[in-house]
Amino acid sequence: MADQEVKLTLVEKLGRVDRRIVFLLMGIAVLIPLLVHYTTTIPASPIVQNVFDKVESLPAGSKILVSFDYAPSTAPENQPMATSITRHCFEKGHRIYMISLWATGPRQAMELIDDIITPEFPGKVNGIDWIHLGFKAGGQGLINTLLSDFTAMYTTDVNGRAVGDFPMMNGIKSLRDFDLIYCIGSGQPGNKEWIQFAGDPGRIPVGGGTTAVMAPQLYPYYPKQTVGLLGGLQGAAEYEAALIAAYPKYKSMSRVASEKMGPQVSAHLVIAAFIILGNVTYLIERRRQKKQK
Amino acid sequence: MKRTIPLLITFAVGLILIIAMFIPHDPFFDMDRNFSIFYDVIAVFAFILGGGNLLRVHLDKVYQKRRDWKYSIVTLTGFFLMLLAGLFKIGVQSTLQNGVVIGHWAGDFQGTGSLFKYLYDCTFQPLQSTMFALLAFFVASASYRAFRAKTIEASILLVAAFVILIRPTPLGYYLTFWLPDPLKFLTISNLSTWILAVPNMVGQRAIMIGIALGIVSTSLRLILGIERGYLGGE
Repeated sequence: MADQEVKLTLVEKLGRVDRRIVFLLMGIAVLIPLLVHYTTTIPASPIVQNVFDKVESLPAGSKILVSFDYAPSTAPENQPMATSITRHCFEKGHRIYMISLWATGPRQAMELIDDIITPEFPGKVNGIDWIHLGFKAGGQGLINTLLSDFTAMYTTDVNGRAVGDFPMMNGIKSLRDFDLIYCIGSGQPGNKEWIQFAGDPGRIPVGGGTTAVMAPQLYPYYPKQTVGLLGGLQGAAEYEAALIAAYPKYKSMSRVASEKMGPQVSAHLVIAAFIILGNVTYLIERRRQKKQK
Repeated sequence: MKRTIPLLITFAVGLILIIAMFIPHDPFFDMDRNFSIFYDVIAVFAFILGGGNLLRVHLDKVYQKRRDWKYSIVTLTGFFLMLLAGLFKIGVQSTLQNGVVIGHWAGDFQGTGSLFKYLYDCTFQPLQSTMFALLAFFVASASYRAFRAKTIEASILLVAAFVILIRPTPLGYYLTFWLPDPLKFLTISNLSTWILAVPNMVGQRAIMIGIALGIVSTSLRLILGIERGYLGGE
């Protein structure tokens, strides 16, 4: 039996690396930057810088609607986007209105309140500077309703207190009363629905961030229908870089996206190396087969 | 009659919403708003239907002892545990809010100390993150096997994917940073932006326009009663 076994050449072996070895190298590539705290800074691309510039250009006291349309599965990509926009909005003196089209969104908003708003901005008051309105079902149907009558759907905040009790809700009749809609999404309903059902018919500026997988699908809306887009963790890291460039004090604070870019960069390098390896071995084998013929 | 009334409702609602789109004034504007609220109310009931359907499917699987029925027990246990923890506000403590004692039942079901929060933070969140994180390993393995320059089309896909992949890495920078100014458009960063903003956008737009036309034609078929599959039966 042993004589009948076909002996693989080195090139053939490199072209057929066992998937367990691929997994192992991938694990190491992710683990090492996490252990050594490798951080990378990526300058903001135009599509990210545009979102930043939009928030920056709004006058103090502007109303920003932030929609948390994602689940914990994509939180490593999406949560840093929420952190950056919150820091930026409060630096500019804007007011933040948090809602969610996903049932899992309110927990992410609470995480933001507990981890960022409460410790970093103790002077910002619930109901005056920020409000958490919670989740409502309906997806694009909900957006359609909010466009004509916001308080028909949101009568209370997430804790059940009447919205009329909060000063920042005065004057909010429809989505048209917001200066910017910032959707942090990872699927449907999400960024696309906010653009189609709120931004376009209501002529309201819509921006936001999404996962890297979803980002290419949103490029057709840029720049006319969306002010900009944060694509995945990289987009979040770019926004962090823009924020630090404008407000250097954030350099010494937690930069979650930039810190997480380390493992992502090394993972990308491992995938790139395997793609090169696979193609080099494939081309050598093909040339050899041609010669044999 | 069982079919005629739903068909008439569909026709009337569809027609009114189309008119409201082009004439955004009362009474059509008001009707559009009311229909949107009806939709939101119906969407809430979808959760109950969803829960009911999940129960029906998995209970049936356990009862029949079909393939992998043991996993259905895990699903049902998780479903009931989360439901009961939230409904009965297990672990929610009475707190003081604005000088008023907020009792157990008036407290937040996912507030600090609640079982729902504990289950969400300690099981749901890490499990979801783990499942999503596994993608990195499968993407690495799949890229290694699938991205081979076997044809011209595959080669174009390979080059595009490679450029996007290495863009945020130091390799992406060092490969092309030395290019002279007239050739700066060939840097990995610029190439990556171009791929996303031009070829990707063209493809995405073509797909989206195709889908939109399909939705328009399907909607018209529903409104005019040609497509009746949603009524069920024959």
